[in-house]
Formats: sequence, C-alpha cells, structure tokens
Amino acid sequence: MDSLRPLVKPPERSRRGVRQVPWLLALPGVAALVAFHLVPVGFGAYYAFTSWNGLTHASWVGLQNFRDIVDDATARGALLHTLELAGSFVALANGIGLALALGLNRALKTRHLLRSLFFAPVALSPLAIGFLWSWIFAYQGALNRLLGSIGLSSLERAWLGDPSTALWTILVVMVWQFSGLAMVLYLAGLQGISDDVYEATLVDGASPWFRFRKVVLPLLAPALTVSATITLIIGMRAFDQVKALTNGGPVAATETLSTQIYSQTFALGRFGYGSAFALLLAALLAVAALTQLALLRRNEARL
Amino acid sequence: MAAARYTRATLVRELGFVAVAAIFCVPFYLLVAIALETTAQADTTPLAFPRPPHFGNFSTAWRTGGQFGLGHALQSSLIITVSSVAGLIVLGSLCAYTIARRKSRLSDVVYILFVLAIILPFQLAIIPLFVELRHLGLVGNYAGMIVLNIGLLMPLTVFLYTGFIRALPRDYEEAARVDGARLLRTYARIVFPLLRPITGTAAVLLAVIVWNEFFVALIFLAGSRYQTLPVALYTFAGDYTARWNLVFAGVAIAIAPLLGFFVFAQRELIRGFTAGVKG
Repeated sequence: MDSLRPLVKPPERSRRGVRQVPWLLALPGVAALVAFHLVPVGFGAYYAFTSWNGLTHASWVGLQNFRDIVDDATARGALLHTLELAGSFVALANGIGLALALGLNRALKTRHLLRSLFFAPVALSPLAIGFLWSWIFAYQGALNRLLGSIGLSSLERAWLGDPSTALWTILVVMVWQFSGLAMVLYLAGLQGISDDVYEATLVDGASPWFRFRKVVLPLLAPALTVSATITLIIGMRAFDQVKALTNGGPVAATETLSTQIYSQTFALGRFGYGSAFALLLAALLAVAALTQLALLRRNEARL
Repeated sequence: MAAARYTRATLVRELGFVAVAAIFCVPFYLLVAIALETTAQADTTPLAFPRPPHFGNFSTAWRTGGQFGLGHALQSSLIITVSSVAGLIVLGSLCAYTIARRKSRLSDVVYILFVLAIILPFQLAIIPLFVELRHLGLVGNYAGMIVLNIGLLMPLTVFLYTGFIRALPRDYEEAARVDGARLLRTYARIVFPLLRPITGTAAVLLAVIVWNEFFVALIFLAGSRYQTLPVALYTFAGDYTARWNLVFAGVAIAIAPLLGFFVFAQRELIRGFTAGVKG
C-alpha cells in the first residue's frame, strides 16, 4: 500500500505542514501531563526535604524528614504494613485469579455468569466495600456469629480491634474485591491458546501439570506481567479500605504510607513530612514495579 | 471455543465453583438484608432477612446522609464524573491522535512520559497541586475537582487511545484531507467516529475510576456541598457508627448505580483493563 501512495498523492500534499498533524491539537493533553504530573512530582520531591507547612516559605531541612520516619514507630509501621499488605495481596489475588481463570475458562455451563459475578466487585467503590466488610468483622458481626453457631466460640475475637488480626482483615477485603480483576486479565491471556494445541495435549495423554507448565503458562506470561503490575499498584496505594475498616488503628497497627500521607499532610498540616512519605511511596513503587517487570520479562523469555 | 466434553468430573467442578460463588456473594446478601432492617432487628437477628422489609433507612440516608444527603452527593458524583470523562475523551483523544500520527523522536518521548505518569503515584503530585489549586480558589467546588480529574487521568486516557489509533489505517483521514477538509473537521467527522470502540472502553473505565475515587475527593471536597458519594458515605458512616442498618443503606446507595452500570458496561470495562495484555 505504501508503494501506491506516490501515485495517488497530489503534489501539494507533500508540502511540509500539510500532512503532519500539528502539535497544537495535543496541547491540552501535554499541558495536563506537565502541569498535573511532571511539575508537581518535581515540587513534591523537593518538599520532601523541607519543613514546609503549606503556607509560608519552605525551608530546606535535608534528610531530617526521613530520619524522623526511621525514628518514629508509627511511620516505620506504616512502611512495614504497606509492604506486607502489598506483597500478600499480589500473591493471593494473582493465585486466586489464576485458579478462577483456569477453572472458568472452558466447559462449565455457568462460566459466563460466574465470571461476571467474580468480576463485579472490581467496579464498586473500595470504600463502600470496606464498610460492608467492617460489619462482617465487627465483634457482634457475621464472622463471630458464624463461628459461634458452629461451635467455635473460642475463635471469636474483635478482628478489627486486635492488632494481630486487623491488617489481615484489610487483606481479605482487598483479595475479595480484586481477585476477579486478575481473573479477567488471565482469561484474556488464555484466549490466545488455540483449541488445537490444547486438544492435542489432551489426546497425547499429557499430564495436567505438563499441560499447564508447557502449554498454558508460557502463553499466560504477558497477562501475568500486567496483572502483577496492576495489583502491585493497588496494594501499595491501599487507603480506602483502611479508612473504612480500621482508620489506621488499633494502636497504628494498620497505618499505611497512604494513610500517613493523608493524615500528616492534610490533617496535621505537615506538608514537608507528608511529602517525604509520598516520595518514599513513589520510590518504593517504582523500584518494586521495575524489579517485578524485569523478573517477569526474564521469565517470559525463558518460558 | 470448541465444545469440550462435559464429563462427570466437569459436573463436580461446576458444582464446586457454584458453591464458591455462593459464599462469595454472602456479603451482598448481608448488605441487602441489613439495609432493610430496623435498628432492633439489626442488633438482635441481623442475619435473617427482614419481613416485612423496612425502607426507612434508605430515606434517612438519602435525605440526611453525610450532611447534605446522599441524594445530593449522587448528583455531585454524576456532574463530576460526566464532565471529567467528557473532557478526558475530547482532549485525550486529540492528544493521542497527534502522538500516534506524528512519527518522530519527540512524539515517542512524549508517549513514554505519559506511560510513566500512569505508574507514578498521584500521592506525590497531589500535595503541591492541593496548595496551588487552593491559591486559585479551586478547592471545594466542581470546577476544581473536574480540572483535577482531567489532569490526573490524562495519561491513562492518552495511553488507551494511542494504542488504538496506531493500529488504525490512515486511508480515510488522508482521503478526507485530500479533499481539502480542515484538520479539526476531519478529526470530528472522520477520525473520532472511527474511534468509537476505544471511546466506549475508555469512557467506562474512566467513569468507574472517577466515580469511586476517594483519596483526592476527600482532600478537595470534604465538608463542601459538592462532595461525591464516597466522601458523603464516609461522613455518614462516621456520624452513625454501629447503626449498621443505616450505614448499609448508605453503602447500598453508593454501590447500586455502579452495579447497574456494570451490567451494561461489563465488556467495555474488561477491555479497558486488558488493554495492556494485548498491547
């Protein structure tokens, strides 16, 4: 088709500026990129090294904010909880999502209905979902009532009020809401596997494990990369669920980087200190995402 | 997909998945049941479905929830979501069209910057943005929230459109340009209609994100008359701690619009999320 172009092209079309789409059309979009991303990210990173209160002139304090984070148990906890939560969330959501995708990929008569069902919570407000689950985990709530009714009263506890369980209630809610997202990403990947190949392995009498390892998994590698990245971003930014379920408590056992950014900056007015948390989150997310991408891409090549 | 054989093992698997799905749905049952209970029922027999159902919680949540009523918040959410998504579609598609059609080092660099901006957490940008927009009088009103949404979600929009436009043949628009049609006219009449599939996908994905957004809306709109549903629900649940029947009515009001939307737009939403798998 390219070779035909000179024949049908009238001479004036080759003049500069006539064929090219001018940058002017992209101006609002590029302005948004500069004004809402590049410039504020730069300023945010700068404020992380100041004691700014959001009103007066920001004064440089070097690494003081980061030293304060290291010295403060609540801040250290927020960092640790974010990593624990994001790590477990990525593993569980992807494991369950993959199992759902494989189970619901073919044969089942109810597969379309079940897929919609598992995917539906993804479209809903994480905050509203958090409030819904906060009653399930409440002391007088559904979980304890269920345990009592099946004779396991000894396991009843204040799930949200106990520092040893509170963080894991947030994990359960996030996994319940977002495993369906991993599922649809893996289902999209599975569509690339041709029925012929799949049937051939059935006829050959290949073991299910062999079939999964050699036929299914290699084709799922791109889906795995995308799903792991999206769930990582969701996990690292956890905020809504924490606000609804525990509000960071009990005794700061569920504070995350996002809840600290919110409370330090917008509740306490410590804009510099809050920016340090935000920079920490950005750096962690960048490192984690790039490491994960590098590992997954290497495996993609090897599989 | 070829029909795989339906064996006894398949039946067992089917029943297993149906059982898992039933357990998965228990939170939805609890939501409906408790939202329809009186306070006394919610305290004593919350798990039993109320007979007769009590609708009073919904009117309380609708009229008074979160200071100005969840009904009012629903209206704010609609105005903010529709305006933000419309702005994103118009400006984002134009920007992506330019990036996709200009073959140059510069357009590649701009595209990569957009993709990077998707991954970078908005939490870092939001602090200077809050201060700047407060200076400009754009905190606590519709205009500020809409401008902010358009700015923050522009990278995702441009990413979705650019991938689609790159795969789109240039023949139609070039034919139109030969006829001397002006650029914006070509775009509006020829190119934009061809983008309908990705416009549907992007609009649905962006609408879900804007509608559910809580962190930014809490910072910019909390306490104002323009607060969105999640912010109003947060206030409402704080005002009625442990009044679960009322809180659940609020949760139901917050969830219902998107559950209905989901039924019609599920395919587009899946396509939006899977754009990266195929691209």
